Amino acid sequence: MNFYQLIERFRTDTLDVSLPAFAPELAICATIVAMLLVRMPGFGRKINSFCIALPGAVAALWLAAPWHYLGGDVELHSTPIFDGLLVFDTFTIYFRSVLMLFAVLFLIFTTLSGIPDREDSPDFYTLVLGGLLGMCIMASANHMLTVFLGVEMASVPSYALAGILKGRRTAGEAALKYAVYGAGAAGVMLYGISLLAGALGSAHIPTMAAQLASLSPEAFADRQMVLMTGALMVSVGLAFKLSAVPFHFWAPDVFEGACAEVNAFLSVASKAGAMALLVRVALGFSHAPAPAHGEPPIPLHTHAVVAESTPFQLTAMQKAPTVVSPDDDEPAHAHHEHDGHDHAPGELDHGHAAHSIAAGTDNLTKARKFIAGLIALLAAVTCTFGNLAAYGQTNIKRLLAYSTIAHAGYMMMPVAAAVAMSGSDTAGSHEAIAAVCFYVGTYLFMNLSAFAIIAFLRNTIRSEEIADYAGLIKSSPGLVICMATVLVSLVGLPPLAGFAAKFFAFGALVKAEMFALLVIGGLNTAISLFYYLRVVKAMTIDPEPAHRTPVAFSMISVEGVYVVLMTLPVLLLGIWFNTLLRWAQAAAGGLL
Amino acid sequence: MQSDVAFLSLTVFLPALGALLLAFFPKDKPDAIKLASLAITVAVFAMTVSMLMGGDSARFKAGEAALQSAFSVDWIPSFNIYYFMGLDGISLPLVVLTSFTSMVAMGASWPIQKHVKAYCILFLLLETGMLGVFLALDFFLFYVFWEVMLLPMYFLIGVWGGPRREYAAIKFFLYTLLGSVLMLIAILMLYFNSDVRKLTPAQLETARIVLPGDAKSVDAIKSEKNAVHTFNIMALQSLGQTTDQFDREILFGKSIQWWSFVLLFIGFAVKVPSVPVHTWLPDAHVEAPTPISMILAGVLLKMGGYGIIRICYPICPDAGYDLAWFVCTLGVVSMVYGAFAALAQKDFKRLVAYSSVSHMGYVVLGIGVWSMSAGNGYNAAYMAQGWNGAMFQMIAHGISSAGMFFMVGVVYDRVHHRNLDEFGGLFARMPVYSGLAYVVFFAGLGLPGLCGFIGEVFVTLSVWNYSKTLAVISAAVVVLTAAYILWTLQRVYLGPEYKGPHGDHLHDMDLREKFIAAPLVAFAILFGVNPNLIFKYMEPTVTQSVEQLATWTENVKEPRLEAARAKEAKEAEAAAKHAAAAIVPADAAPVEGRQVRPAADHVSAR
Repeated sequence: MNFYQLIERFRTDTLDVSLPAFAPELAICATIVAMLLVRMPGFGRKINSFCIALPGAVAALWLAAPWHYLGGDVELHSTPIFDGLLVFDTFTIYFRSVLMLFAVLFLIFTTLSGIPDREDSPDFYTLVLGGLLGMCIMASANHMLTVFLGVEMASVPSYALAGILKGRRTAGEAALKYAVYGAGAAGVMLYGISLLAGALGSAHIPTMAAQLASLSPEAFADRQMVLMTGALMVSVGLAFKLSAVPFHFWAPDVFEGACAEVNAFLSVASKAGAMALLVRVALGFSHAPAPAHGEPPIPLHTHAVVAESTPFQLTAMQKAPTVVSPDDDEPAHAHHEHDGHDHAPGELDHGHAAHSIAAGTDNLTKARKFIAGLIALLAAVTCTFGNLAAYGQTNIKRLLAYSTIAHAGYMMMPVAAAVAMSGSDTAGSHEAIAAVCFYVGTYLFMNLSAFAIIAFLRNTIRSEEIADYAGLIKSSPGLVICMATVLVSLVGLPPLAGFAAKFFAFGALVKAEMFALLVIGGLNTAISLFYYLRVVKAMTIDPEPAHRTPVAFSMISVEGVYVVLMTLPVLLLGIWFNTLLRWAQAAAGGLL
Repeated sequence: MQSDVAFLSLTVFLPALGALLLAFFPKDKPDAIKLASLAITVAVFAMTVSMLMGGDSARFKAGEAALQSAFSVDWIPSFNIYYFMGLDGISLPLVVLTSFTSMVAMGASWPIQKHVKAYCILFLLLETGMLGVFLALDFFLFYVFWEVMLLPMYFLIGVWGGPRREYAAIKFFLYTLLGSVLMLIAILMLYFNSDVRKLTPAQLETARIVLPGDAKSVDAIKSEKNAVHTFNIMALQSLGQTTDQFDREILFGKSIQWWSFVLLFIGFAVKVPSVPVHTWLPDAHVEAPTPISMILAGVLLKMGGYGIIRICYPICPDAGYDLAWFVCTLGVVSMVYGAFAALAQKDFKRLVAYSSVSHMGYVVLGIGVWSMSAGNGYNAAYMAQGWNGAMFQMIAHGISSAGMFFMVGVVYDRVHHRNLDEFGGLFARMPVYSGLAYVVFFAGLGLPGLCGFIGEVFVTLSVWNYSKTLAVISAAVVVLTAAYILWTLQRVYLGPEYKGPHGDHLHDMDLREKFIAAPLVAFAILFGVNPNLIFKYMEPTVTQSVEQLATWTENVKEPRLEAARAKEAKEAEAAAKHAAAAIVPADAAPVEGRQVRPAADHVSAR
């Protein structure tokens, strides 16, 4: 491969494949640049940034086009873009769409709630959109470098957003705490990445998995310690983003200190990105892609994940022939389909898959077990801790912070199931991933609605204490009904979206026969009832406090309509969730 | 089918639609709101009754065992969830009971003065949930309705209840939610291990998975490459009884159906409620306002029994067979415990609440009777008797307990206390009320000629063949029941004169109260004198379910037990031989004799 060929390949890869697939992110980039540039000329200062950000977000959502890709009209193969740094598949599309939809709804929300003010708004929206860009990269990451890049791109704006309320002590404290924690976690994660990359000779996730699969038993035993340490360190970074126990400490403080708008951003978008990343990394290391790497036999198929379109990774990073044991000249086909649920790459490679190396599958089985066990443990602890700690809270934002921690636990449960099943039951694994996707989709509305109500209430009663919500039903019944709907949905009672989400998550656990985790999840649901209901009780049953700023909030206002529009999906997705479920299934189908 | 979809859906959702309409009513016209709610509940009652009317053209024909007016519509096809409803002899009486109790309870809601609009809206939502539970035949749909009731009930107790209402409300909610979470796990386990491809075309038709005569759909299902899971309760019943899909061992050597049975049973036992998960009931009943107590006792408790009959046993027969002793014992313990606890109460309402625990014990016992392990011959007729008795007991208790709570409510509205020691002499002050109350309490006692008698007798008789000990105990509970009810009547209604507080408020029932009490009393007498009014709708389906289980026992369980016995005998023989060889090598004759015995047992059992 001469230089010209390389350049040519790079050109076609970038211009013909990668950039079109990256269009929504480009739209976001353009919006950010436009927002920054428009401030340069004098008249630009008079333009409200919202007027630029919203069209940009809408355009990005339009370009993400989930209805087009996930509706089942087009067959979409998983395509590596930017030389395998990112991957473009239905999973990417789903999460990107969720994030872009969030961007649109969030921008409207912030304008209505009045934070940020006009002065701050260019900064605020730049940070928000920049963070979302990072989350999109997290959702499509296919390389440990982009994993890290995505995490950082998402985190750094979040630190700033946490402290966006200038001059407030708690906000500053929250931002600083968040940044310090984040920096520590990122450092550990980076170290973990370097360990893994060193042990496996690459940072391209499919290649790493293939390498892992092809390690001889001795080599595997040799590196096991390094690999496990690396995996644990990477999990620190991921757990931080997910606010999973024991790296959740930032969450309550940040949620309490930052404004409700930022909380919505952190609890929905940040969590969605982190969930997607967790799925990418966990599944990436628990199954090796079918095609061969390195030397021929050259596969006949054209969309082989590794060999065809990632010349740089392979030539540049695969310098560790010693990693592959000497007697091992078979290609690494660890992606052994047991049950006939073939999808495109697997099917084409079926002939080779038969040659799969026993040691390879063995390595991956061990990896799967380790990863699934780790995630399951984190999920169980996170969920239980989040729910128990939420009991004593008096501040609604802090309570919801623990609630998001608990929900991170629920969401991680099907991921563990997916990893556990990825070797033996691809269909089951897909269902489990679909459950995660579905959960994230419904969670968007639940938390956005909850924080919108909190923000609007803050604007009128100047308080975020649960005690001050007492008896709200008298003055604004509509708002209380919406809030109660959302909270009950967070408990997971039908016919609300939260129930459907939990139902599928638990279904995945049953399918994977992880009964211990299932029972923990079930008990947690019952536990969580108590504190969510406490808020509902305060708003409905308790008498009004004597000295409270009178509630001036009418449902017949733009804010009221917004709250209703955010709450309606919580109800509707609990009753007619077929479409979202189909999309989630389509999204999951792109993996493995 | 189109008209069935419309009619049943309207029956279920009419209260919810009414609640939606009420939301736009002006707040300051409480009487208009109450009247509108009452009109809705009356309309729903009329609709449920109209199902039985019309002879041959009725939606529900008496004497037919099969599902009637059933329909199944796509709801969430990507997860095999259907909007599947239907009527049969098990659900229909309970549906009518629900609409009747709701109507009566709405009538009893007139003294409610606080937040009338919210009360009526929640009340109507609750009615939708209750009707839905009895009509739903898709497990997912069933679960949705099951949980939809919780929140309205929480508020109805928590806002309109007595002094400890918040505690009682959250306790009720937590208990039920915990039970239903376990149920959810069981539902998912059954779903993921089911495969409707294994069903025969006839079974598929019964379950409404395919339309009658639609061979193409049958072929389509049969030719599916992967397992087709289902939430269809009818299909799950067929799968549980004719295939081995739920027999795989999963945990601690127990099968899927064993675990499912246990989890489902706990969920339903909370609702029934059985000892030891009954403790929410006295609190909830005592704190709830009178109409809600009537609903709780009259309808909500029946859901537990309904679930056990409809779901636990038919879907998991093997586990049900093995755990029959457990279920029966639980039933008897509840009966005895409830009766003793009722004897000890000082609070009139609490006493009635514990009597519910005791009476619902009969239901559990009657369902649990599976009289083949008794050794003296297996006869499905006894089981049918037990089930019919349990079903009848549910209806009878629905009427008598709603009546008793209403009677307590009437006197509480006047004197604002329920302390049994401070009553007495009401007969002189309120003769009409006391007369009606006597009938209702005697119905609860199980006096022959009143509705409570039939169910208790059926259950006790059927138990005799299963276990004489349990039968004797359950018959003895009647004495305890008589003791606490008669003692109560004596303390409240007899005696020289009323000495408690607010004596001057003791005036007799007004017209509204008479209108509520009259149908309750009338039905208590009517069903006691002519139980066939209920049996003619109920019995064919119940007997059919029992026969299906009997067939299953004969075809599946007995060979299985036989094989187990043979294996055991063989092992015993081997062990004995081994031992004999070690000690006295020559003498092997007694061992031979022992080996034959189980088989002989079995022959006589046939």
